[in-house]
Order: sequence, then structure tokens, then C-alpha cells
Amino acid sequence: MNREVLELASGKITFRMNPFRVVLLLLTSLFAVVTIYRLAAGLGATTNLSDRWPWGLWIFMDVKLGVALAAGGFTTAALYYVFGWRELKPIVKPAILTAWIGYVLVAVGLLIDLGRWYNFWRPIFFWGYHSVMFELFWCVLLYTIVLTAEFGPTVFARLRWEGWEKTLKALTLPLVISGILLSTLHQSSLGSLYILMPGKLNHLWWTMLLPLNYFLTAVAVGPAMVTVESYLSARAYRRRFELDIMQPLAKFTAGTLVIYLVVKIADLVYRKELGALFAGTREGNMFLLEMAIGVIIPVIMYLLPGIRKTSGGVVTAASLVIVGVILNRFNVVFTGMTRALGGSYFPSWMELSMTLGLISLGVLAYSFFVENFGVFEEAAAPEAVASPPIVMRPAQRTMAKGAS
Amino acid sequence: MEPKGMLIDLTKCMGCRSCQVACKQWNNLPTTSTSFNPDWSNPPGLSANTWTRLDFHLSEEGDDLKWRFVKQQCMHCDEPACESACFVHALTKTPEGPVVYNADICVGCRYCMVACPFSIPKYQWEARFPKVQKCDLCAGRQAAGLQPACAAACPSGAIKFGGRAALLEEAWGRIRGSNGKYVKRVFGEKEVGGTSVLYLSDVQFEKLGFPAEITAEPLPQYTWKALSKIPAVLVGWGGFLVFMTWYSRRRSQLEEKQKAVQG
Repeated sequence: MNREVLELASGKITFRMNPFRVVLLLLTSLFAVVTIYRLAAGLGATTNLSDRWPWGLWIFMDVKLGVALAAGGFTTAALYYVFGWRELKPIVKPAILTAWIGYVLVAVGLLIDLGRWYNFWRPIFFWGYHSVMFELFWCVLLYTIVLTAEFGPTVFARLRWEGWEKTLKALTLPLVISGILLSTLHQSSLGSLYILMPGKLNHLWWTMLLPLNYFLTAVAVGPAMVTVESYLSARAYRRRFELDIMQPLAKFTAGTLVIYLVVKIADLVYRKELGALFAGTREGNMFLLEMAIGVIIPVIMYLLPGIRKTSGGVVTAASLVIVGVILNRFNVVFTGMTRALGGSYFPSWMELSMTLGLISLGVLAYSFFVENFGVFEEAAAPEAVASPPIVMRPAQRTMAKGAS
Repeated sequence: MEPKGMLIDLTKCMGCRSCQVACKQWNNLPTTSTSFNPDWSNPPGLSANTWTRLDFHLSEEGDDLKWRFVKQQCMHCDEPACESACFVHALTKTPEGPVVYNADICVGCRYCMVACPFSIPKYQWEARFPKVQKCDLCAGRQAAGLQPACAAACPSGAIKFGGRAALLEEAWGRIRGSNGKYVKRVFGEKEVGGTSVLYLSDVQFEKLGFPAEITAEPLPQYTWKALSKIPAVLVGWGGFLVFMTWYSRRRSQLEEKQKAVQG
């Protein structure tokens, strides 16, 4: 038996450094320093936000994208636990882990963006229930707790807290279902936020269907994120990339995107905005770009087995779906509002470095949990016949050694 | 109590900016250093320290050139988007008319600023714990039986304070009695469901910087159409998820049984 397995059995928690991780750690430290400065000095001293642009990079990246790209958790849980897609088993744990880290980071990002952050708990006692933000606050708060409970058994198993592990495992199904409900509500709410601005948001994006559009894109991008994450972690840990598991996920995303495309077109036709789409304006062109990159091209790639059944093809298509969602949220927050708000906004270096640092923290946390809590145990199982039981461990040691 | 309001007749305004100064004085707001502005307006925009200002417009109608001065401040909507946007209810519409702000519970999310159809709420960006700032229609003066500082300072009678219903009646009376001088519209009567501040003008409102596309429906009702569906979504979608969980477990159990029988 190699040393790591012994370490795992003896309960020692390890985290090996390599140059890449040192960079991530430096970025995280920068994030910590800038955060302290921001909390002490205020938003004006640290950001390029203004009366014209009260929302900027943090709302776009840390909140809107953070939540959308963490959708892999609830979509994977729904497909596995609720719809019985048994073949997804190996990717359930990593997907829940990513979502959990994602939501914790969203909470941190949101807190930093609040002007009077020490009041963050107020909505618990002062109910502005007529605000979408109120619903968003509660759903994100509760869903972060639910995700902690969903990932809990994996942590407790490692810590040998069997009582806790068993209790939480027994609660899996209620947790999963409430997690899906909470996700449905707040994923759509991120769109509903902009329903209030019919006079400001360009009508290519402003529609009463904003919540549906946001929900559908979240459902589509969740599995795409899982695909890209699996691919990246497979490369990092020299695991086998689960190309077979990605096939049903790819078809599922393609199906969701087709529904989304039909809804989008029908909505534009119904609201007589189709003309504005081809008017050659910046808004129209950005809309077309978003739909081409994020919907039409990946759907075609997913539907062609020759492309879908290759690692490169399925990962490229999934990446395009992710870029499409990034473009969509960008267009709602920035492109579609530019005409109404006027002026311009570009984030300051402190805004950029905090977002970058937050992402670095996420990557470090992911690596830490993957290496210490047996997240990929099921993933290694199919190769168990041919290889030693814990396939990733020796490779990981090699990599860590090679780098240090 | 009868809701109060303010009628601003743009044809009577001569651009003296007394209202701007009175507002700063009454609310003890620091001045902003002025600079030359191509349209003569100063300061260049509303801010945390400037709650009202005159927006200068040179309007051309044929050979006729007209200077028009649009007093900008919070419109005090009857159903304010900012109030509905606030998730702690720090902004409230009072029965007397003013939309007021409670800084103590404000979390600082700035959704109100994004939501306002007139982009009125401004932020103390330089403060450590900034407050949202905007005109409160001098709620404090009103409580003491006084009219807002700007209305009291206006020398030309362009700003009239009073009961909103009576002001609206008077506005239409002025339109009818003017032989077509005024545009046949009282801005604020129906816009976003009605506002406490009303405007009369002899130049098309769109040409004076008023929002061109503005709905008559109160904006919070849009949001409510989405939010009110939540209970139905919870029950329907939740029921479906529970059923599907049961269904897929049952199916896999039966499949295993079948396998066992065959095996």
C-alpha cells in the first residue's frame, strides 16, 4: 500500500504545495488584504462603481455567474436522485462539492459588495417580501445550508463522525428535493430582478419570461460545468475522463438549449422585437453573438455523435455553453443597460483582484477536499479491476513531487 | 391624511436655481464645485449631495428657440419601484406622499438605484458605510406644517405644493384654459401608476429628458406577477419531484427484482 492510502486511513489531512498552488495562494492573500481594505475604506475607495453604474463586476461575476455556474450541483442531484440516472453516480459528489464551494464564495462576494455589510442579517428580521432580492437572499442562504448538509456525509465519513454521517445520509432525499426547489426559485430570481426595469433594460432581454430564461440557462449550463470540471480534474489528477457519463449529460443540455431557443424566439416574435435583433445595433449583435456561441453552435456539436463522442468535442461544446451563459448575463447587466444608464464602467484593479482571488480560493478549496475526502472514490471504481483501488492517489503523488 | 404633492409648471420656471440652493440649505448638504457645462446646468447631475437641480434644455421649434429648465428630484411614486426593490423595506411610501429612507436597516445592495425608473437614488460612494440619498419631499417640514424648502423658495410660482388630487385638477384646468399653450399631458398623473410630483410643459416631455417609453403600470406589479407564482411553483414542481423520486426508485427496484428472477 502506498503512503497516501495509509495517510488516508490514519486520518492525517494533507495539502501539498506546487508552483501553481503558490500562485493561487498569493492571489488569495491579495484577495484577503484588499477585502479588509474594502470593508474598512468603503466602495468608492476600492471600486469604479458610480451613481450611473451602482452594480458592476462583483454583481456580474461573483453573484450572477457564481450562482449560474454552480448550477451543476442541483442539476446533477436532480438527474441522479430524482430522475434515477444511475450512471451519473461517480460525478454526484464532485458536482455537489463544486456547488457548495461556489455558493460559499457567492455569499462572500455578496457580503463584500454590500455597502452596509454589517447589516447583512437584517432581511432575516425585516421582511421586504415584495422584493426579488428578498427571495434571492433566503434561497441562497438556505441552499448554502442544504449544500453543506448534502456534502456533509463525505466530510463526516472522513472524520469518522458516524452518527452525523448516518443522520445526514438518511436526510439525503428531502435535502436534494428542497435543494432543487430552492435552486429553481433563486436561479430564476436572478432573472426576475430585472423585471422591475422595463424602461431601462433593452427589450431584447427584458421580458416577463426573464425568470424562465434564467432557469433554463442554469439547467443547461449545470451539466456543461460538470463536464468541464470533470475534464480539468481528470487532467490534474491523471484520472480517466468519464466520457461515457458525459454523453447523457450532453444530450440533456442540448435538449434544454433547444427548448430555450424556441422560448427565446417565440418570445421575441410575440413581443414584436424580432426586427430589433437584426437592426445592426450593438445590442442586436451582442444578442446574436450570445445565441450563436452559447446555443446554436453547441447544440449542433452535441447532436453530432462524431463530435459528442470525443473528449475534445464534448468539452469544447460544454465550454461554449458556459461562454454563452457568461455572455447572456453580461448582456443583461451591462450591454442591455448601457443606453439607459449612460456613461461607462470598467472595474478597478482591486475589483478585478478580489474576483480573481475569490476564484483562486475556490480552486484551492476544491483541491483540498478532493485530495482529503475521497470525492472521486466512485469515479475510480470502474477501473478497479485493472488498477489499484485508489487510482488517483499515486498519480497525484507523482504530480505533486514532480512539481515541488 | 390626504396625500400631498408638488406641481411643477415648466412654463413658469425662469431658471434661477433658488430651489437648488434652498434644498442644500435646508438639508445641510455640502456644495459641489461647479464647472462650465455645455448646457449651462450645474452641478452636472444629481448626487448624494444634490437632491434637486435644474436641467437646462434649449429646445428648437421651427425658428423658435426656448430655454426650458426641468427641476429634477425624486418623483415620489405612488407605488415606488425602489420600495418594492428593497428587501428590508428601508424605503417606504408614506400616506402623506413622501418616499422616505431608513438608513439604520439599509443593507447597501443598491437594487433601489438600479430599479428606479428615473435613476434618482444616489449613493455616498466616498463613505465607509454609505447611505442612499435622495429628496424626501421635506417630510420633516411637512410634519411641521411647512411646505418643502424648494416650493417655499420659488419666486416665480413654478413650484406649487398642495394636495395631489387638487393639484391634478388645477393642472388640467391650466391646460384647458391656456388655448393650447401646454402639451395635453400632466407628467406624473399616470406614469408608473402615478407620482406625487406632477409636471406641466409647453414642450414635448421627451424633448426635455423625460423618459420616452414609460409604462402606466406600477412597476412593482411586474415583479409581483413573477413572485406571486412562487407558491404554485413550490407545490407543483415539488410534488412532481417527489413523485419522480418515488417513481425512479420503484422502477430500479423492479428492474433489480427482474434481474434476480432471470439470474
